[in-house]
Amino acid sequence: MKTVILRVTAALAITGLLCLSAISSAQDQRLSPPAPDGLRMGGTLAETMPAPPIAGDPRTVEREVRNYPEQPPVIPHVIRDYQVDRRFNRCLDCHSREDAVEAGAPMVSITHFMDREGQVRAAVTPRRYFCTQCHVPQTDAKPLVESDFWPAEKVIREAIRGDKQ
Amino acid sequence: MKRWLRRYWDLLRKPSVHYSLGFLTLGGFIAGIIFWGGFNTAMEATNTEAFCTSCHEMYANPYQELQGTIHWSNRSGVRATCSDCHVPHEWTHKIARKMEASKEVWGWIFGTIDTEEKYEEKRLELAQREWHRLKANDSLECRNCHEFESMDFTLQEERAAQAHSTALAGGDKTCIDCHKGIAHELPDMAGATLVQ
Ligand code: HEC
Ligand code: HEC
Ligand code: HEC
Ligand code: HEC
Ligand code: HEC
Repeated sequence: MKTVILRVTAALAITGLLCLSAISSAQDQRLSPPAPDGLRMGGTLAETMPAPPIAGDPRTVEREVRNYPEQPPVIPHVIRDYQVDRRFNRCLDCHSREDAVEAGAPMVSITHFMDREGQVRAAVTPRRYFCTQCHVPQTDAKPLVESDFWPAEKVIREAIRGDKQ
Repeated sequence: MKRWLRRYWDLLRKPSVHYSLGFLTLGGFIAGIIFWGGFNTAMEATNTEAFCTSCHEMYANPYQELQGTIHWSNRSGVRATCSDCHVPHEWTHKIARKMEASKEVWGWIFGTIDTEEKYEEKRLELAQREWHRLKANDSLECRNCHEFESMDFTLQEERAAQAHSTALAGGDKTCIDCHKGIAHELPDMAGATLVQ
């Protein structure tokens, strides 16, 4: 008799657990629906997907043509471990007015010396001090979304062609 | 007292009665090896990363800063530890550096750099000592791993090949002139006296 009771309790307990897990998995579905397929495909909202591999930094890259004159040029070299903080700015080792020629690097342009009133200062101003705010290295990363950007000269060329037709 | 000393002195001067000269020589030789080995082993123990970073001062700043740099992780998996860059390999230089380091124990006892602020205040002075040392020995510790003769300029990036094939090849400059702060963060360089 005792063993029968024991077995029935065990069976009940197992069914209960199964039901609970079924309910909670339904709940999981509601709490964590499939994620919208944005930049990172697949998975659900609450799931942490493995990060895509970090794009390599090719060792030899050429300077890139800028798409418009105000564009901060991309950095054509590695900048691993380059320190840019309150104490020291590694970029200015080569790009400052004093050192650029010897380093064979282009000097930071005059806009980097201008404060917000357009006044030209003696040194790179605080708003242009943290270089990587605007300049990033060129990598071999694939674009996440397609870009239909046209540089100005192409827009003009296309417009003229359209006029002619 | 004098008599007592005299007795021992006589004992020391007395030729051995019980042991042969051969045994004594050999014994002395073996004891020497053991002592020498022990001495060097003990000294090697102070050359490990675990020892260097066992004190809070070295753990909090240099060790944390080293992590993430190329000398900590890179594609080849070769790592430079503290002693690779900071302790000379040659024996006499090594002993000299170790004696100097005994002084640093005082700094540790009195907490010369035991807070972030104190460390930052001293950083330039400490860094400068290393720069002078590396400048004086032509960056010997770097060259233990990086051999100039083995550098393939065609495989290096343009900026590197340019600098290495001119100033470095010509002997005008040594590694540390151009590569400060490769393993740790640099202090405010405004007061530095040895900027290439
Ligand atoms: C060791 C010297 C050196 C250091 C340090 C350095 N650069 Fe350069 N940089 C160069 C050289 C040389 C070039 C030119 C490369 C070429 O002509 O292919 C360059 C090119 C550039 C360009 C491209 C300019 C253009 O008009 O295309 C940018 C932007 C740049 N660097 C930003 C930076 C930033 C930001 C840092 C700091 C994170 C930095 N650089 C650190 C040497 C250096
Ligand atoms: C607020 C954004 C910003 C910051 C911060 C900034 N730059 Fe620029 N940089 C630009 C823009 C925009 C241009 C292109 C137009 C111009 O010259 O102003 C440029 C141009 C350059 C050029 C090319 C100059 C030339 O004449 O071809 C270099 C080199 C450069 N920056 C280096 C740096 C360095 C080094 C730093 C850090 C000290 C830095 N920049 C910080 C926005 C920035
Ligand atoms: C224990 C050996 C060892 C010692 C000592 C050593 N290095 Fe390195 N170093 C390496 C290794 C390994 C790499 C990474 C090579 C790779 O995978 O590209 C490296 C990389 C570098 C790089 C390349 C950084 C980059 O971003 O590409 C520089 C610069 C450098 N070391 C300079 C130095 C200087 C200066 C010293 C002396 C203070 C020094 N090294 C001491 C082993 C060492
Ligand atoms: C005249 C200055 C100068 C001297 C001296 C110098 N280097 Fe460099 N080195 C550079 C520059 C500039 C770069 C490229 C930018 C960077 O990584 O900071 C570079 C890059 C490197 C690299 C990375 C190469 C690559 O293609 O990624 C290594 C490794 C290196 N140096 C090691 C050394 C060693 C070891 C010594 C001493 C035997 C030395 N350098 C001496 C200027 C110098
Ligand atoms: C790749 C070589 C290298 C390695 C590895 C290395 N250092 Fe350094 N260390 C240097 C150089 C070069 C300096 C001189 C300052 C500079 O250029 O950053 C320095 C400076 C220091 C300083 C002076 C203060 C400062 O921040 O500049 C201390 C303390 C120090 N190192 C401790 C350590 C400890 C502890 C380790 C191990 C966890 C270590 N270092 C590993 C090369 C190295």
